[in-house]
Amino acid sequence: MPLSSRHLLGMQNVPKEDIQLILDTANTFKEILDRPIKRVPTLQGKTVVNLFYENSTRTRISFELAEKRLSADAVNFSVSTSSVSKGESLKDTVKNIEAMKVDMIVIRHSVAGTPLMLTKLCDSNIINAGDGVHEHPTQALLDLYTIREKIGKLENLKVCIVGDIAHSRVALSNIFALKTMGAKVSVCGPSTMIPKQIEELGVDIIYSIDEAIQENDVLNVLRIQLERKAREYFPSIREYVKYFGINSERLEKNKKDILILHPGPINRGVELASDVADGPYQVILQQVTNGVAIRMAVLYLLGTLN
Amino acid sequence: MKILLKNLTAINPEQKLNEKKIDILLVDGKIAEFGQNLDYDERSNKIIDLSGKVITPGFIDIHVHLREPGREDEETIESGCKAAAVGGFTAVACMPNTEPTIDSAEVVDFIKNKSINNIVNVFPVAAATVGRKGEFLTPMLELKEAGAVAFSDDGVAIKTASILKRAMEYSKMIDLPIIEHCEDESLAFGSMNEGINSTLFGLPPLPSVSEDLIVMRDILMAQYTGARVHIAHISSANAVKMVREAKSKNINVTAEVTPHHFTLTDEALKTYDTNLKINPPLRTQKDIEEILLALKDGTIDCIASDHAPHSPEEKELEFDYAPSGIVGLETSVGLALTELVHKKVLSIDELIFKYSINPRKIINLSIPLFKVGEKAEFTILDLDEIWTVNKEKFASKSKNTPFDKRLLTGRSIGICNNGRMFLNGEFVA
Repeated sequence: MPLSSRHLLGMQNVPKEDIQLILDTANTFKEILDRPIKRVPTLQGKTVVNLFYENSTRTRISFELAEKRLSADAVNFSVSTSSVSKGESLKDTVKNIEAMKVDMIVIRHSVAGTPLMLTKLCDSNIINAGDGVHEHPTQALLDLYTIREKIGKLENLKVCIVGDIAHSRVALSNIFALKTMGAKVSVCGPSTMIPKQIEELGVDIIYSIDEAIQENDVLNVLRIQLERKAREYFPSIREYVKYFGINSERLEKNKKDILILHPGPINRGVELASDVADGPYQVILQQVTNGVAIRMAVLYLLGTLN
Repeated sequence: MKILLKNLTAINPEQKLNEKKIDILLVDGKIAEFGQNLDYDERSNKIIDLSGKVITPGFIDIHVHLREPGREDEETIESGCKAAAVGGFTAVACMPNTEPTIDSAEVVDFIKNKSINNIVNVFPVAAATVGRKGEFLTPMLELKEAGAVAFSDDGVAIKTASILKRAMEYSKMIDLPIIEHCEDESLAFGSMNEGINSTLFGLPPLPSVSEDLIVMRDILMAQYTGARVHIAHISSANAVKMVREAKSKNINVTAEVTPHHFTLTDEALKTYDTNLKINPPLRTQKDIEEILLALKDGTIDCIASDHAPHSPEEKELEFDYAPSGIVGLETSVGLALTELVHKKVLSIDELIFKYSINPRKIINLSIPLFKVGEKAEFTILDLDEIWTVNKEKFASKSKNTPFDKRLLTGRSIGICNNGRMFLNGEFVA
């Protein structure tokens, strides 16, 4: 059964069957990653452009490796956001890329809605690798995959997303995907970092990290932005660490059995203490490995649709 | 010019006039005869039967951006006036965020001269502060003498309470209103209304409280100084309630709403169409309900389009990078007839107040009357024509509308002003 859409723009409205299919397909690809020769000819002859308007080392490398392991021709096109206003418009860039006969475009952009805009500008399959604070669907898929791999199910699982929900593209994708798969989702963070009316999406809001630990099976801990502008949202790193930071002591005190995810890169000593970031509850590097398998699955399923 | 118009329904609430089967003889831009069953075959050059059509005092749009001087690629005074004529307006008030700003008598003169022989009257709104920077008052007395009808730092609110106070005190001396774009500068960094939909679409949020804060400030300052303040493009339910309360205390505040703010909600932004990027942003159904109530009870005095032409290059950008604003002159009346009159929010008389009588009073213009000897300045409406918006046929140089291909009921079919008449897309005199 093929996917129901020829693009992956976000997890909103992606049906359960599609998520299931992507996770199951990733299982097959993960096995390939353990072989001495980590390459299959599945997408031979297909060209994929990684169009990154925002710095992102790990997501770009993960996509690039996924493309290469499927034998696709991978091309990287990085545009620094600072040159956007002076340079070529996105429309012209995309038209030029398309004129070079490509099959798929993986796009990362700081403005929400840009992947959708691309679907109207060209015929390629579009994969959203993160748009603004909107969605980052492959991150959500790899998070789900990792949770399912560790716990064996998603249905009725209690998952709390912790941190700066309002400025995260990972949160929304996780909320949509987890809810579609039957998980119970909550968010935890300072109230200035909880986006308006998020409870209307059917998620609970928790302001106590201890309560979040006690009541959930999984914590998906987001990176706190430390730039100047982001700092307007909370009083100090010290206060954040004290009331929302996760350390071993806190985990031990509240609960023994919990799974900790983090999309990386980690601010050690801020949202996660080092003893947690390297500790027994976290699956951060497994997430990274699974990311390649998930992206292979998405590229394969979209690339072989037509 | 000598034209006999036959079989019109003439409505002018200012005269308490509502009569069917009216014939009007126009001679040299004036109403020469007015009544039923006029028969002047020999004396008139032209007889036009307008059975079933409604004639109203000329409509005015008191919030348009004509982009000249400065961005003539997007709109000129001539093309903007053409769009106004097509849309049913005999007059417009144009906003000062041009390049250079309308903050000197020279720029007012330039605009007046450019529009001198036009069928559409152009009334410049001058900036309240030099360069709209919020530092020094513009020469308001000289600007008024040159033809400015109001003062506004449009695009932004007047920067500080201190300069606002001076602007109100000074403009009060000459009885011209301060028109305010109400937005708190420190909250003005978003792309869409803050709420469930900004959360869902991941676009940077612009909270409605940003509008409410400045509306409150301006009302208090109008009360304190006794000056007149006109709230441009009101969009938030809270702001509307504040205006209602202020009016009940006889504070000199008036307000306008745009057709898009009573037609569309922020849910429409799911398409990320930059033609839905507007400031103030599209709000929620609750806001629309309060706006409709306020149109009915008179809290909102008039409808203005905030006609804001933008080039395709600018609007084809990523959502956050695209400028705010949409063109509105050619869809305003159609939307109001469809959404307000046909849905029984307003009667046709009330609509005429919103499009002609009230806005003219706000900027001290006289109301055109249907009387022998009066200047002929009127709009002709077909209340029931069903038509489809086609942006490619816009007279405006810019096509940035979210209403393309929308089916509307009712439109303006023509205007008469300054001795000229524009009917069904062409000049007949």
